[in-house]
Amino acid sequence: MSVILLTFSAAVMAASGGDEDKTSFIMHHIKDSHEWHFATIGHTHVTLSLPVIIYSSDRGVEFYSSSAFVDQDTHHFGVEHDGYYIDENDKLQSVDENRSFTDLSITKNVAMLFLILAVTFYLMLSASSYYKKHPNKAPRGIASFVEPIVIFVRDEIARPNIGPRYKKFTPYLLTLFFFIWIGNLLGLLPGASNLTGNIAVTITLAMITFFITNFNGNKDYWRHVVATPGVPLPLLLIIVPVEIIGLFTKPFALTVRLFVAITAGHIVILSFIGLIFVFESYAVGVASTLMVVFINVIELLVATIQAYVFTLFSAMYIGSAVAEHGHEH
Amino acid sequence: MLTSLLLTAGFALMGAGIGAGIVAVGAGLGIGRIGGQAMEGIARQPEASGKIQTAMLIIAALIEVISLFAVVVCLLIALNGNLTF
Repeated sequence: MSVILLTFSAAVMAASGGDEDKTSFIMHHIKDSHEWHFATIGHTHVTLSLPVIIYSSDRGVEFYSSSAFVDQDTHHFGVEHDGYYIDENDKLQSVDENRSFTDLSITKNVAMLFLILAVTFYLMLSASSYYKKHPNKAPRGIASFVEPIVIFVRDEIARPNIGPRYKKFTPYLLTLFFFIWIGNLLGLLPGASNLTGNIAVTITLAMITFFITNFNGNKDYWRHVVATPGVPLPLLLIIVPVEIIGLFTKPFALTVRLFVAITAGHIVILSFIGLIFVFESYAVGVASTLMVVFINVIELLVATIQAYVFTLFSAMYIGSAVAEHGHEH
Repeated sequence: MLTSLLLTAGFALMGAGIGAGIVAVGAGLGIGRIGGQAMEGIARQPEASGKIQTAMLIIAALIEVISLFAVVVCLLIALNGNLTF
């Protein structure tokens, strides 16, 4: 038994030297970075060097281009510039360990966020300007694309789950749906950054839902959490902590669900492509490409479904917070 | 000493691999069951096939995500598997 284990670990340790660059390219496509690397054609790297913005209390706001931190020959980060350098985890560090600074850079994910904003604004503003110019007429053009989706979110997600007060929360649900949907779809393009698969982004969206839910909770909602009616006192001592933990597991589940679905999809696609380079054979190339096309189509479906599920669960949580007392006790 | 080091690293990676495999079994069972029930529902009432299909896809996405939770854990173990201590 121990001989088998030794062979496992020995084989892995021998192989891990060569595999390091084969798995790190997957991580490079998933993680955030200070430059946007589109392609490598021959020996030229097609990259966009994004600005590095640092705020520190002693030096104020500083602007750099991330190309200042790149070594021109090997094209890796690590060059020290003005007391800062970017380490191998793509994180900005200061040479003097004791200085504290705030990294406000426009990284790949932030630039992608602006791109998603631009697309969403374009969609929504052209649709609304159409309605202003042609009141009371059937929509054409982009408005005819946007309208069924808006009606779907309002009538299938917002109204059934929130009830009579749905109008107040529909703008938030629409924003959530379009942002996550367009973010997921744009992230599937080659060369795009993995924004909705970044746990910081999904945790922010879940926290916004959390705040909206709990600031709009009415007395019945809080009574169910803190002093669940109809429950005898000994059980109450168990149920109330569970309810309070339940307040936090809901946004946690929202966060991890979106993050994992999108990131795992990207990792599967990248692994199949990496398989071609591991085996270096034409047959594997053809088979892998077909698999990648198939999985990309599934990921399109997953993009839409995850946006729908996030919005649906947000609507359900908001609905449970603002529900009028309807059941008897 | 060296043996115990290599054994620990080997266990961790083996655990990650076996874990990912078991996760696939769980996801397959769950989604297979959903698919089977959906087929039965469509066979009983072909007019409802659109609604059943939509509901089936949504539930399948939810179950798949649970299996992906575990895959992420296994991936973390495997990628940090060249432990040196």
